[in-house]
Amino acid sequence: MNTTDHIIIDQIPVPLSGERNLLEVIRKAGIDIPTFCYHSELSIYGACRLCMVDVEGRGIVASCSTIPSNGMVVTTMTEEIREIRKVNLEMLLASHDTDCPSCPKNETCKLRSLASRLGVNEIRYKQVPPKLPADTSSPAVLRDPGKCIKCGDCVRFCEEVQDIGAIGFCGRGSHSLVAPPFEKGLGNVECVNCGGCATVCPTGAITPKDETASVWKLLRDPKKTVIAQIAPAVRVALGEMFGMEPGEIVTGKIVAAMKRLGFKYVFDTAFAADLTVIEEATEVLPIIKRGGPVFPLITSCCPAWIKKAEYFDSDLHDHISSCRSPQQMFGSVARSYFAKKMGVDNKNMAVISVMPCTAKKFESQRPEFTANGIADVDLVLTTQELGRMIKEAGLSLSQLEPSSFDLPLGFGTGAGMLFGASGGVSEAVVRYIAGQLGYETPAIAFTEVNGNPGIRETTVTLGDTAVKVGVVQGLKNANIVLDQIRKNTCSYNIVEIMACPGGCVGGAGQPVPLVNDVRAKRGKGLRQLDAVLPARKAQDNPFVAESYARLFKEPGSKVARSLLHTTFFSRKREEEDGIELSGKQGASDALRVRVCVGTGCYLRGAHGLLQSILSKIEEKGMVDRVNVQATFCMETCEVGPSVAIGDRWVRKATVEKVMETIDDIMKDRLADEKRASLSNR
Amino acid sequence: MQHDTVIEFSQKLRDDYKKVMDNVARRITVCAGTGCVANGALAVLEALVASCEKNGTAAQVSLSFENPDAATPLLVSKSGCQGFCQMGPLVTIHPDGILYTKVKPEDAEEIVSKTVCKSVVVERLLYRDQAAARMCLGTSQIPFYSQQNRKVLASCGVVDPENIKEYIAGGGYAAAHTAVCSMESADICRYALDAGLRGRGGGGFLAGKKWELTRLAKGDKKFIICNGDEGDPGAFMDRSVMEGNPHSVVEGMMIAAKAVGAQRGVVYVRLEYPFAVARMKTAVAEARKAGLLGKNIFGTEFSFDIDIMEGAGAFVCGEETAMIASIEGKRGMPEPKPPYPAENGLFGCPTVINNVETLASVPLIFRDGVERFRSVGTKLSPGTKTFALTGHVVNTGLIEVPFGSTLRQIIFDIGGGVTGPGGVIDPNGFKAVQIGGPSGACLTEKHLDLPLDFDSLKSIGAMVGSGGLVVMNKSTCMVGIARYFMQFTQNESCGKCVTCREGTKQMLSLLTDIVEGRGTPGTLELLKTTARVVAKASLCGLGKSAPNPVLSTLRDFADEYEAHIVQKRCPTGECRALSRPTIVQSKCIGCALCTKSCPVGAIVGQRKTPHSIDAALCINCRACLSTCKLHAIV
Repeated sequence: MNTTDHIIIDQIPVPLSGERNLLEVIRKAGIDIPTFCYHSELSIYGACRLCMVDVEGRGIVASCSTIPSNGMVVTTMTEEIREIRKVNLEMLLASHDTDCPSCPKNETCKLRSLASRLGVNEIRYKQVPPKLPADTSSPAVLRDPGKCIKCGDCVRFCEEVQDIGAIGFCGRGSHSLVAPPFEKGLGNVECVNCGGCATVCPTGAITPKDETASVWKLLRDPKKTVIAQIAPAVRVALGEMFGMEPGEIVTGKIVAAMKRLGFKYVFDTAFAADLTVIEEATEVLPIIKRGGPVFPLITSCCPAWIKKAEYFDSDLHDHISSCRSPQQMFGSVARSYFAKKMGVDNKNMAVISVMPCTAKKFESQRPEFTANGIADVDLVLTTQELGRMIKEAGLSLSQLEPSSFDLPLGFGTGAGMLFGASGGVSEAVVRYIAGQLGYETPAIAFTEVNGNPGIRETTVTLGDTAVKVGVVQGLKNANIVLDQIRKNTCSYNIVEIMACPGGCVGGAGQPVPLVNDVRAKRGKGLRQLDAVLPARKAQDNPFVAESYARLFKEPGSKVARSLLHTTFFSRKREEEDGIELSGKQGASDALRVRVCVGTGCYLRGAHGLLQSILSKIEEKGMVDRVNVQATFCMETCEVGPSVAIGDRWVRKATVEKVMETIDDIMKDRLADEKRASLSNR
Repeated sequence: MQHDTVIEFSQKLRDDYKKVMDNVARRITVCAGTGCVANGALAVLEALVASCEKNGTAAQVSLSFENPDAATPLLVSKSGCQGFCQMGPLVTIHPDGILYTKVKPEDAEEIVSKTVCKSVVVERLLYRDQAAARMCLGTSQIPFYSQQNRKVLASCGVVDPENIKEYIAGGGYAAAHTAVCSMESADICRYALDAGLRGRGGGGFLAGKKWELTRLAKGDKKFIICNGDEGDPGAFMDRSVMEGNPHSVVEGMMIAAKAVGAQRGVVYVRLEYPFAVARMKTAVAEARKAGLLGKNIFGTEFSFDIDIMEGAGAFVCGEETAMIASIEGKRGMPEPKPPYPAENGLFGCPTVINNVETLASVPLIFRDGVERFRSVGTKLSPGTKTFALTGHVVNTGLIEVPFGSTLRQIIFDIGGGVTGPGGVIDPNGFKAVQIGGPSGACLTEKHLDLPLDFDSLKSIGAMVGSGGLVVMNKSTCMVGIARYFMQFTQNESCGKCVTCREGTKQMLSLLTDIVEGRGTPGTLELLKTTARVVAKASLCGLGKSAPNPVLSTLRDFADEYEAHIVQKRCPTGECRALSRPTIVQSKCIGCALCTKSCPVGAIVGQRKTPHSIDAALCINCRACLSTCKLHAIV
């Protein structure tokens, strides 16, 4: 391309500098052409027909799918174009569930703002909004198909950024629909809860699930001590909901606001991030020191990546760090250490997280993070939800006097702070390793691999030890690196995988709209925080040191393993229905016991196990309440026989273990029923 | 098969064919097109074979080339669609030149004992020319056939589509041989360009130019796709070619593949065409067996093979980019163009997509030469075009005429004229003809003498489309027709772009308002605005042309829309909501039978005097109509 190449837009010459399409050039010229389906990070779709412009000699074309060429003469606003845009919006609104006042997206809805911007002040068409039930099955997002304008942004995000494809098109013509396969609920398909769909949805068709009502209830319960943790990425984004710039640091104001809302103690997830650094580095250091062929260790902080790995990468579980995510480490420490220290009964203490992430909602509900019916983390609020609560309480964030975090769990170092931005986790781990090996904190600069900003790498040399780090954003990019691991061509010692572009600062729980430079600004804010903090290495956190001294003794100890680490399993087949063998047909309240009778489990005696379970249940007279099923391979052969009981899993199952779990659940259920009937009286 | 062997093989086949055919004393051909088969043609064939045996003349059911000199006293074989589906099952007897129509298995005995054994014509099975009031012996006497110029369809209805030898013997694969062995790719493209062959699927883009663009596109792998996803209601041109002469499609694809440098071809046939799928599969398998597909064809470097892919029945998959998506296993939705398939097509490789009829025309050009191809048709639209003629016309079926023929020739000469209510010829009955499928336009009397070609039709806002022609008589409500086609496009819209998905829905809703009597001048205004936006802003051709039936009827039948909206009256009485039954006073004898049938007591009158209907009470259930023995209620 010549440097003098240009096009004429509305009679003004605009130079071309390698833009991929006409729309980019027009926007560069300062004209904000409206679009729904155009996202610079996704493929061009050409469906919303709003970006129409007039190109001399070619007539009206969609600028998103027109390649600019030297000398092109473009008019962006003619009477015809006005008509097309307005009629398009009018038609969309006629088929849209326009209960705007009660829509969670009402303030940020693109359909609403464009309709007002383009002066659509009447809908001449018959308004027939589709009557479609909302999909509440996902713990992370709420899908309301009546508000969908079929721009396909979510479909492409899921496919092109995450390589999951949990959502797609079905039906034809005006009956076409964006839905998970076979119109199942999003919670019943291979969705990893990243919420990327919600970040690109222009309307309220997909929004992060709202749990503010439950949190309000806990806060107003006098018996409850409500404590909270705040993830690093929240403090550089919440301000956006109150008119501040992306990246502006509002930590103190958030703490102050939360205290006013009624949180007893407000802590920092960065504290747990420091723990994560130490535990993870303790896993990786011996492997690096050992030498020999590289054995990449993958981070485990991102719950969307972990769920994806459980669906699609069960062959690589050995490569994933066994560390719990900082959220869950915090929950575990709060329950086991803080509660004891403060003399609070865990039953009366509620742990709330404020996260930039929708997948954290799912993570907190994982059964392995619940003991004796008490979840380590009770509820997860996204940044958006906390912002709404502050607004509901009528607090003005900018006018609040900053407060500081409570101790001891409110102290985080710069290393922990870095967790919120892509590349931060690995940098924090490298800092720790450097310190352990007696080196200064190295300066780290990542370089893009093959020009892909989604995969970056760096090598840090510490004496004769070289640590090679790969940093991945987006699960499609992750697949590239995972395939290298499979083929033994991956040279990274540490692989950091974050599902969201930009890392946690770009999470789906963050304020919308979410575009590239917003993420970058938030990331910059976190780096600033790291730079000004007195303690910048995890090992310099005195309260972390204290918790090791008092509780864990040393990194990777038995206590640490039980409280700070976890295991992963394959969930490829977890949603499959099995063949019913006993129980009352169609009894929805019966406890479902699914026994895997795939080849692996069969060889380990699943058949005999199934028989014994059946006879035990009959013996105990539980036939009405327990529904036993035989299922196909659950692909957890290595820990077979596998039995799923309700939402709990029994690995290497024996009839005793299974009956014990059933009894356990039944006892809980009975207690619940008793309580319910008592309160009814 | 090696170069020389192929030539020898085909030459020998051709010589043998002549001998074999000369030695066939009599040949009975039963049309085995979809229409005739649905009407029982296969049972007719069986009955014919059985009757022959019974009458002591053993019939052969397939041409044998084993011993060309042996006499074949009688051959009974199947053919592809002969086009005159309305009169099927069709049975042709050669060399007598007799065409029997609407043949039933019970007729077999009579045909064999009289015509085959004694050369006596069974008159009752002949076609009767209504207009001339005479019986016609064979195709040469039947105006439906005699006025046509069958080139692409020439062999359909004659050769056995499941026998490659018959195709080769008739000169088949000679054109592919010339193109593959003695022409450069660029020359093949130029030759097609010289012939002026334009895409028969609707767009009318020059095939030679498409090939040239794909030939020049960079890529090691290239594809050729045969578009057989014919989806227009009432159109079956491509189906007939695939059923009746599948090898012509295979040969056309070979030539096109050589022209662009493609190694692989895909025939995309809609699932609802089981015979076409089966016969294309057989044809490809036979061609592969004969060495005409596969590696090093004719002993040259050229390797090419074909897969048959069944479409799942989405109209939009006829659109190039949607078809590519469908073949790739994705949802059939169009992509913005550019990039065109010629640069970035199937699996990202340069791809040519030609329609069935276009490809079937290719061997004719390369066999008979450009001159011969251009000898019919117009300068810019040379050659012939097949049409599916249906609706209120005496003769319906598949026809082929040179470009430049007029609608009058097609409807009145070939079609035998317009029929009125009851199916009798009505010389003044013509109202309109819908051309080009659901996204085509309605043409009127003033267009009857317009020479039909790609450009003339485009100039009046219509298009050749795939070639559906639906003739409508004066009893047809044009608003109802526009609504009917809008219903079709709405059902078939893929739902991707807003204008097509929502626009067709809203236009349908507005048209429904009009035919159901809820229309206002505002409805009409909004309908026009919406049609304009959908036509201009839709993503693909389906959406862009979806408003055509509305726009063309609005232009030529504005008075009908007005009658519906202003007077709340449907001039043809087809729109039930806008017409109430009335009692013709002169016919009513006051028997009062109708009053008993009326559920709301709207019919009033004294016994034995003419009754009347109280329009305010009538709910338009029309129960009274069937009770009146004198047909006094209309």
